[in-house]
Amino acid sequence: MTGAAGALRTTPLIDLHRELGARLVEFAGWQMPVQYGSILEEHQAVRQAAGLFDVSHMGEIEIRGGGALALVQRLTCNDAARLEPGAAQYSALTTAKGTFVDDILVYRRAREEFLLVVNAGNAGKAFAWIAGHAEGDVEVVDASARWAQLAVQGPRAAAIVQSMTAVDLGAIRGYHFAEGSIGGVGAILSRTGYTGEDGFEIYLPPEAAATVARQLLRAGAGAGLRPCGLGARDTLRLEAAMPLYGNDIDETTTVLEAGLSRIVRFEKGEFVGRGALVRQKEIGIPRQLCGFEMIDAGIPRHGYAIRVDGREAGTVTSGTLGPWVKQSIGMGYVPAGQARPGQHVQIVIREREAKAAIVPLPFYRRPR
Amino acid sequence: MSKEEGIYPEDLKYTREHEWLAVQGNVGTVGITHYAQSELGDIVYVELPAVGTQVVGGEEFGTVESVKAVSEIFAPVSGEVVEINTALGSGPEQINGDPYGAGWLVKIKIADPKDLDGLLSSGAYRKYIEEEAN
Repeated sequence: MTGAAGALRTTPLIDLHRELGARLVEFAGWQMPVQYGSILEEHQAVRQAAGLFDVSHMGEIEIRGGGALALVQRLTCNDAARLEPGAAQYSALTTAKGTFVDDILVYRRAREEFLLVVNAGNAGKAFAWIAGHAEGDVEVVDASARWAQLAVQGPRAAAIVQSMTAVDLGAIRGYHFAEGSIGGVGAILSRTGYTGEDGFEIYLPPEAAATVARQLLRAGAGAGLRPCGLGARDTLRLEAAMPLYGNDIDETTTVLEAGLSRIVRFEKGEFVGRGALVRQKEIGIPRQLCGFEMIDAGIPRHGYAIRVDGREAGTVTSGTLGPWVKQSIGMGYVPAGQARPGQHVQIVIREREAKAAIVPLPFYRRPR
Repeated sequence: MSKEEGIYPEDLKYTREHEWLAVQGNVGTVGITHYAQSELGDIVYVELPAVGTQVVGGEEFGTVESVKAVSEIFAPVSGEVVEINTALGSGPEQINGDPYGAGWLVKIKIADPKDLDGLLSSGAYRKYIEEEAN
């Protein structure tokens, strides 16, 4: 997967990023744009107009054959049988303990064909996990090198993407997709995202990605479309309370502790981790991922301690100043008994306790 | 004023941690350099010591936070904090917009003028940045 030690992988948009003056950083073995100018301005552009993100580092795994549905059902906790072709769902690859191998998107492209989109940092691990569980009439392919991905997000995203495709985007509901041509290139147009806004994630061949990205930037310039980096992507997803693998969730946190019971479908039958999750549901989760807002000054950051009444209670998993909500916000695990909105906690910032309060999630919900 | 002058004002002293010091009598005004604010990006929060605090040259005395990063600020010289820039509480972005003016952080009553000898001139700081960039 990775090249020589120290060599970072680049996406097909690397030249465009350089032209646009991006600040490039290492992320999960990839050289990625963290920002082009101001993260705050990129964040606001996505909330008010639209942003274009290069997310070609994400991994894609294709599963097809008569046993494809059975394999997806056995390895994920959501119910893939509920997906009609053309529909997608948020889900997780679960360990036997009910923790996360990865959090993923499952696309059903045909009755016997699925596309799983996995995190860049987990692409190798997720593929090995799935391939290692495959048996019978099923083919599992690491297709990461065959897909680039562009995300166009924001209230004007649909209009901008629509100007470049004959596919009727109005007919694509949230968590649905269509396969069609954009800028003359065959692509998957998916009404999904990681920003809390309406928008599309466009999966397309790597060799066409830079051209389509340039066309999108041109098509969207008048509407305020801006190239946006991973910096804004992180603050946007946190305002929308979407978890980030490696920060908020990992192999030590269960899907229920992460507050994602909506993607755990016990009724679908057996899956890896089901037993552990059923037990946890019966006896109750020991801790829960929740959101908090600072009352005192200060910005919570990943790794800071959370105290309740002065006693260690958990750890901040993500934190930032929310550029749109204009609040210092964070998420973290606290004992389940204390995970109620209104509960006061203390965040330890540079050895000082700063007051915060648990609040309902998300911090931001887009107006509809 | 040339672009270079705006980035490395000649009348200031500099640290290798990217603070600047403007000396007037026995009081030094401290801020972070153009280079530092540009590396940090949008500054959204500043934590400064209270007036009256004794700071020690070379030691951390406050924090500047951008959206993505927490950065400590180090005292260029030892002495007593005699004034802090309270306007940064509601307007930390002034550090990005005017790092050598409205974005100043604190004023320190310099305990020992000999501390100034350890600081970099404009030319030496500029050379240091250029070397760091390569």
